[in-house]
Amino acid sequence: MSNILEVKDLHVSYGGIKAVKDISFEVPRGEVVTLIGANGAGKSSTLRSIVGLVKPESGSIQFEGAELAGLPTDQIVSKGITLVPEGRRVFPDLTVLENLKIGAYMRKDSLEEDLKWVHDLFPRLKERSWQLAGTLSGGEQQMLAIGRALMSKPELIMMDEPSLGLAPIIVQGVFDIIREINKQGVTILLVEQNANMALKAANKGYVMETGRITLTGTGAELLENEEVKAAYLGKAKDK
Amino acid sequence: MDWMSRNLPYLMAGISVGGQYALIAIGYTMVYGILRLINFAHGDIFMVAGLIMVYSTTVMPIYIAIPLMIVVTVILGFLVERAAYKPLRSAPRMSIMISAIGVSYLLQNLALYVTGGLSQQYPAIPWINDTVTVFGATTKRVTIITPILTIVLVLLLVTLIKRTKIGMAMRAASRDFETSQLMGIKINSVISFTFIIGTFLAAIGSLLFFTNYTGVTPTAGAMPGLKAFVAAVFGGIGSIPGAVIGAFIIGICENIIKGLGWTTFSDAFTFALLIVILIAKPTGLFGEKVTDKV
Repeated sequence: MSNILEVKDLHVSYGGIKAVKDISFEVPRGEVVTLIGANGAGKSSTLRSIVGLVKPESGSIQFEGAELAGLPTDQIVSKGITLVPEGRRVFPDLTVLENLKIGAYMRKDSLEEDLKWVHDLFPRLKERSWQLAGTLSGGEQQMLAIGRALMSKPELIMMDEPSLGLAPIIVQGVFDIIREINKQGVTILLVEQNANMALKAANKGYVMETGRITLTGTGAELLENEEVKAAYLGKAKDK
Repeated sequence: MDWMSRNLPYLMAGISVGGQYALIAIGYTMVYGILRLINFAHGDIFMVAGLIMVYSTTVMPIYIAIPLMIVVTVILGFLVERAAYKPLRSAPRMSIMISAIGVSYLLQNLALYVTGGLSQQYPAIPWINDTVTVFGATTKRVTIITPILTIVLVLLLVTLIKRTKIGMAMRAASRDFETSQLMGIKINSVISFTFIIGTFLAAIGSLLFFTNYTGVTPTAGAMPGLKAFVAAVFGGIGSIPGAVIGAFIIGICENIIKGLGWTTFSDAFTFALLIVILIAKPTGLFGEKVTDKV
């Protein structure tokens, strides 16, 4: 199976502070890949450098064989990558429908079919089409942020902490949607602190610690790994 | 009827001046909305538009001079943003504000150099300069045209922002640059477009404003620029309807004060109003509501 995204020897720093130190990983087409790790491990920085919101210091980011490092964000996303940013970042004073339409900003073709697709995935968004996005609940905003990302018809969708700050029942819903989107053929790169849920959903996982990748394996392998259990799943080692 | 014909001219002049302030104030408020920058050079671009009109009418007929003046002013607004503000996109906000002050003085001093510091006679524009009689009060036709034209332009602008794709991109970018970029919006194009609209309206405003005055001096943009800025703050900076309503209120109040015989205090009133607003309601009449929900 071919890799849709290949990151090699990536370094990212902010004003002299190294956030990502020489990481390499691949995302195979059609799979769910997760990067887990604690706060400040460099997960978000990795995603932000892939979409060009921060310029990588060095290293290569290849999407379907084309180099992304150094390109401006609008060119990167036009290639078929999108990021659901941390904290959802819906446009609060645009309506729900406008938020979805702006997700398709670069497209010139008809949006009808994709609007219907997103509305089928999230019926709530259809009911609330004319409401300002700022008035939605946290869970609804997360749905909107994912729906907005889908409107660009991405091949790879990256999500930064989609479960952050949501009630457990809503988190379950978010992960159901992630599985559903993946089933429909979209590759997913998921960054999470909720390691348990993320690893269960993922074909492949990477564990990041202080800017480096320290462990790799399939989702099931990492769930059984003693170190992962101790550090991220809240289970003690000697039991 | 007698009372009417004595006081109506002041009210009409107030509405007219308000319309001119509104056309300038929109430029301030839109640029603030997207860049959080008070574009101090805006009043001077307004003055340059007046000078372009002065010099172009000496070599060409007025019906060519007007569109040329508008186009050149818009290009100037675009270039100022590209040269003085764009390189500072990620710099602290104070730097870009200082840059704006620099552009303001640069334009004033260039104008001083070109004009030699003398007031330049503004060309008399036919038709809008004609005298008309309304309800027994005589006035120039421009006084009647200004508020109508202002309202038409504002309605067009609001439609553009509410109904078109670029308008949606402007609303999104004014809220969140990063996420807008993730949508594939080219931030720099959206910002340039904002400056183009702002300077276009200022160019129209300058045409209407200077028609009422005899000459253009290098500092002629300072006072209307400042008052338009007060109007934008009064209405709630960032809000277009706010800027328009603020401008009309200030224009009308100033002229009522003049009508009462206190002409000397009409400018002082505007700036006293600014102080009162900043103390009592810093976000203005229609200031940005904070609807962030986490």
